[in-house]
Amino acid sequence: MVTAPAATPPLDLPGLDPRFSHIIAVPGSGADAGLTHDWHYLDTGAELARLGVPVIGTILAVHGNPTWSYYWRDLLNQSLAAAEAGAPAWRIIAVDQLDMGFSERTGIHRPLAQRVSDLSAFTDTLDLTGPVISLGHDWGGVLSLGWAVDHPAQLTGVMLLNTAVHHEAGKPIPAPLRLARARGMLASSTVRTPAFLETTLALTTDPLDAAVKDAYRAPYRTADRRGGIGGFVADIPADASHESFPELERIAAGVAALDLPTLMLWGPRDPIFSDYYLDDLIERLPHANVHRFEGAGHMLAEDAPYAASVLTWLGDNSASLSDPGSSALSPREAFAAAAGSVVSDSEEAGIHAADSAATDTDASASASASESNDSVADDASFVPLWHNLDARRDHTATAVIDMSTRGSRGPQQVSWKQLADRVSQLAAGLTSIGVRKGQRVSLLIPPGPTLTAVVYACFRIGAVVVVADAGLGVKGLTRAVRGSWPDFVIGEAPGLAAARTLGWPGVRISAARLPKISAVALGVSYSLRDLITLGADTPLPAPPRGDDDAAILFTSGSTGPAKGVVYRHRQLSAVRDVLARHFEVTADTGLVTGFAPFALLGPALGTRSVTPEMDVSSPRTLTARAVAAAVEASGASMVFLSPAAILNVVATAGDLTADDRSELARVHTFLSTGAPISGDMLTSVGELMPNATPHSPYGMTECLLVTDITLEGIRAAAGDANTGVCVGKPIGDNLVRISALDSDGAATGTPSTEPGVLGEIIISAPHLKDHYDRLWLTDRAAVHGTEIATDAAAADAAENTDATDAGDATNVAAGSPARWHRTGDVGHLDELGRLWVEGRLPHVIVSATGPIAPVGTEQDIEGVTAVRRAAVVGVGPHGVRQAVAVVETIPTAKRPGLASPELTAAVRESTSLPLVAVLVVPQLPTDIRHNSKIDRSRLSEWAERLLAGGKPTAP
Amino acid sequence: MIVLVTGASGFLGRAVAAELVAAGHEVRTLQRRPSGVDGVTDFLGSINDPEHVSRAVAGAEGVVHLAAKVSLAGDPGAFHTVNVEGTRTALDAAEAAGVSRFVQVSSPSVAHAGTALAGVGAEPASPENARGDYARTKAEAELLALARDSDAMRVIAIRPHIVWGPGDTQLIGRVVDRARSGRLPLLNGGTALIDTTYVDNAASGIAAALHRADTAHGKAYVLTNGEPRPVGDMLAAICLAAGVRPPRWSIPAALGRTAGSAIEKVWAVRPGADEPPMTRFLAEQLSTAHWFDQRDIREALDWVPAVSIDEGLRRLAAHYSEIDALG
Repeated sequence: MVTAPAATPPLDLPGLDPRFSHIIAVPGSGADAGLTHDWHYLDTGAELARLGVPVIGTILAVHGNPTWSYYWRDLLNQSLAAAEAGAPAWRIIAVDQLDMGFSERTGIHRPLAQRVSDLSAFTDTLDLTGPVISLGHDWGGVLSLGWAVDHPAQLTGVMLLNTAVHHEAGKPIPAPLRLARARGMLASSTVRTPAFLETTLALTTDPLDAAVKDAYRAPYRTADRRGGIGGFVADIPADASHESFPELERIAAGVAALDLPTLMLWGPRDPIFSDYYLDDLIERLPHANVHRFEGAGHMLAEDAPYAASVLTWLGDNSASLSDPGSSALSPREAFAAAAGSVVSDSEEAGIHAADSAATDTDASASASASESNDSVADDASFVPLWHNLDARRDHTATAVIDMSTRGSRGPQQVSWKQLADRVSQLAAGLTSIGVRKGQRVSLLIPPGPTLTAVVYACFRIGAVVVVADAGLGVKGLTRAVRGSWPDFVIGEAPGLAAARTLGWPGVRISAARLPKISAVALGVSYSLRDLITLGADTPLPAPPRGDDDAAILFTSGSTGPAKGVVYRHRQLSAVRDVLARHFEVTADTGLVTGFAPFALLGPALGTRSVTPEMDVSSPRTLTARAVAAAVEASGASMVFLSPAAILNVVATAGDLTADDRSELARVHTFLSTGAPISGDMLTSVGELMPNATPHSPYGMTECLLVTDITLEGIRAAAGDANTGVCVGKPIGDNLVRISALDSDGAATGTPSTEPGVLGEIIISAPHLKDHYDRLWLTDRAAVHGTEIATDAAAADAAENTDATDAGDATNVAAGSPARWHRTGDVGHLDELGRLWVEGRLPHVIVSATGPIAPVGTEQDIEGVTAVRRAAVVGVGPHGVRQAVAVVETIPTAKRPGLASPELTAAVRESTSLPLVAVLVVPQLPTDIRHNSKIDRSRLSEWAERLLAGGKPTAP
Repeated sequence: MIVLVTGASGFLGRAVAAELVAAGHEVRTLQRRPSGVDGVTDFLGSINDPEHVSRAVAGAEGVVHLAAKVSLAGDPGAFHTVNVEGTRTALDAAEAAGVSRFVQVSSPSVAHAGTALAGVGAEPASPENARGDYARTKAEAELLALARDSDAMRVIAIRPHIVWGPGDTQLIGRVVDRARSGRLPLLNGGTALIDTTYVDNAASGIAAALHRADTAHGKAYVLTNGEPRPVGDMLAAICLAAGVRPPRWSIPAALGRTAGSAIEKVWAVRPGADEPPMTRFLAEQLSTAHWFDQRDIREALDWVPAVSIDEGLRRLAAHYSEIDALG
């Protein structure tokens, strides 16, 4: 190999401040002993010294292959800018490794162990003192961790971007690397030609700016300068015989013992360092803050705002990063204890248990906590989800009826005994094949008795169920499944085929028994039937505790990529309990539901549940007669339907016979769940169930029940001067606050109950989700600023004596700070404490006169006779956006374009909001899951194009 | 104060002169023909004649310079003479006369390179990028005027966008005539969002600029009603107010621009009494968004438009029904 001295980079590379460039002579070690090599590195230290600000700690940043320290330029620039602006100062040192970037070309073979030792020699020579946080990307991640493991006295934290420390023996390394390493390919793809470099630079989500690409190429112009790139690729330990394998194993083991604040930022669109490696790192460092930037890839620093995220994280953790002894608990201890700290409702649970015992049979789950033989002594307030199933394990009465149209066997009936036995058998079977507490099981089974049994079996053994529904579409589903990286997948043939074709992770288990040839083709390891056989003699493990993770549910994706919402067992039990208490569900109630989340709760509630005849993946297939038949078959007095199902039930009401109508007259409670519904529609369905109280609760994946309103309540609100959709008052112990929007449309207000203030809706509930999966920044944003809400609640409670606020006082006074969640919805509270929803935060139109929420105006416009459905969106730059109405008309418009002058005039007259344009479309874009959430962001971009003079295409 | 209004025989000039009279100023006007505005002193003459201008401006404290050649087509030399040299003459004379406030009435087209503008402010005038002779010469004139801003003479440029109202022959008259003869197409469905200005608002805004020139000088402001509308809506509303059938046919914008460009060339060698049915400039105006951020001007001039688009249309309809009643 050729040698060449170190140099400084050209002065005109975009984003690179030449003041940061330094060269230092470092005495070598190992293979270099006796030699001295010059390193080029970037360092903000001198500039910080010039500012005269105290430095909290040093970030040692190590680039990967084939990049160089340039990769970290945003962090250098932004950290210095923050220090200049008065923020705490972090010194950033970004090295160019030997044979890489502008450091010396040494001509010496450098396996992993040598490079780790090189880095130590570098920091020794630099005489680096004070706390150090390591940061690495790609193979630089491994090296930075090597340094981390070897410098326990200085290390206070670890940060990683797309990297890996372990590769399972026998598993092939990622295809692109196999190709690059193939005999004969290695030298030509990495050294003789810039192919490997160019491929890496092409991995960004949006093409890199030409000048930035050139800057990445700057140190690697000729084959002589690219020797290090080839050396790195050759040094990937593909198997145990590789010379660097022991060093990698040493680092991997060391990492698993690190007990320091850790941040992992990940670009999932990485053909090399995929979610497989992220999952491995999370297993080693379970306390890490992890954020996956959906849409970003391997070159994360170019695809995502990593520098801002790093600085945010450093700020959040500055105390323990600058002084590791400052907190009572280590990060691993704190992570383990965090589960425990969620316990916040123990006293209330006791109170409610007493209440329900007085009014109720044993169906009210929370009543009998202390009697449950599953309950753990120090977890007394938690009644597991399977409690009622266990309590009825000898009952021969029907637990679940499935009348849905899948299969031709006719309605399936499952007794409590059958269901309980099946759950136990599957739980044992899953245990026997190695499913353990905390492992993730992705469920690709349509709702029905099989899904119900599998879900409860997973709950029982503490496996975390991952539920992403077909409503996300194949792309969204793939993203969701890969993002949550399940250990097991249980599905029917179509789901398994997708898992196979799309390369979803996880051991595959077929719900049905498959012919051997199909099982092989689908890569299926077991069927559920196999599990039952395999588990025959397997004892069940100890049940999970309330603070163990129970489920990951995916959001609808109607407002950006679907997010995985993590629930712990305690929180899912709380969903059951709030439902039971608020709607007075007892063993005799009986539920008819085509809406999956609630269908699954029947056994937990201890009451019979029935899925009516319908295609469960398409709520619009439900007819009025099918609902009547389901009521008749089950004797249910409670019906849950989604708005899409309701639409068709009302449309097919004419087919009801007199008998059907008398069956429906037995229903006493009707719930519309999943999306908002109009009062008119609720009235129509109410007419079919004359003795039922129709309810329309407001909730979201993160908190299924927030507020509730009855049809009567909706009618009372109808003539009100408030704008938006009235969704009623908080259910049970739930708290609702508003964080007012400022003139820039940001929800910056202190959370309050002041009526008439437009802002983001902030909620607290015992059954609120725990966190988002692998979305640390999203999680952080969802609770940002909400800690004040608890103080505000206490203040409210002190000043007020009405019932709602007295409840707050209890909650706060109990010494258990409420957990809060920013919903992303906007609205206001009225004088009576009712919540009015006015849209989504990203859909707020920030006009020259302030923020405008769309829903109130949409309702005004929907009062126009010729309008079926309306959306109000903004066009123009933030701060001067103008409101545009986009409407579906009756009859349906043939093509999109301007509304007629008559319709335009009628729409403008219907509302007080100035509308710059009224556009018609054949159909408004909506989400798949509910067919009701209008995609206003997409519509806004479409309107923007159209009103700029673009061709009238469909939105 | 004594104020000279140049170009007061035009549609907007008349309205500005009347507005200033109503505000209690002593108003003089300078143009070739009598202004027809009650309460003003007309000085008849050419904006290109320094003597005519000096005579009219002598003793004035303020100048509102509107005189310009406004047309979609015509001899390039004539645009330069009137719009650039005329402005220079007016500035020279005003400076010499000790005028302390000079309002240059400009046009948003001075900064419009033909692309869609949505919610933008007043970008710097750019003669190099302006489309057509009118816009280019007005851009030069605005730069000339703002360069003369000083403590002694405060210069402010106001760019009213598409001024319309009863009695307008430039825009409304043409739209109505063309619609009547079926020669008014929409481009791309007429969806481009455009700002317009009802004439009374343009006049009151320009008067406000004169009053506020001591603080809000040295820069240009775009002035509109702040109620952008799709061009198709606006054309239809104008037609309906005039009792004419609104345009019902639409052609692709690209075709309109190409056709406009070709027709422009034909008209250039075959000048007639009428105007070309479509010019490239017009095609662009009718097919690309141009609406503006009004926060700056409203704050700087402490002014808001008093007449909404809807009210303006009602007044337009009343005006046409009067004409019909007379006719």
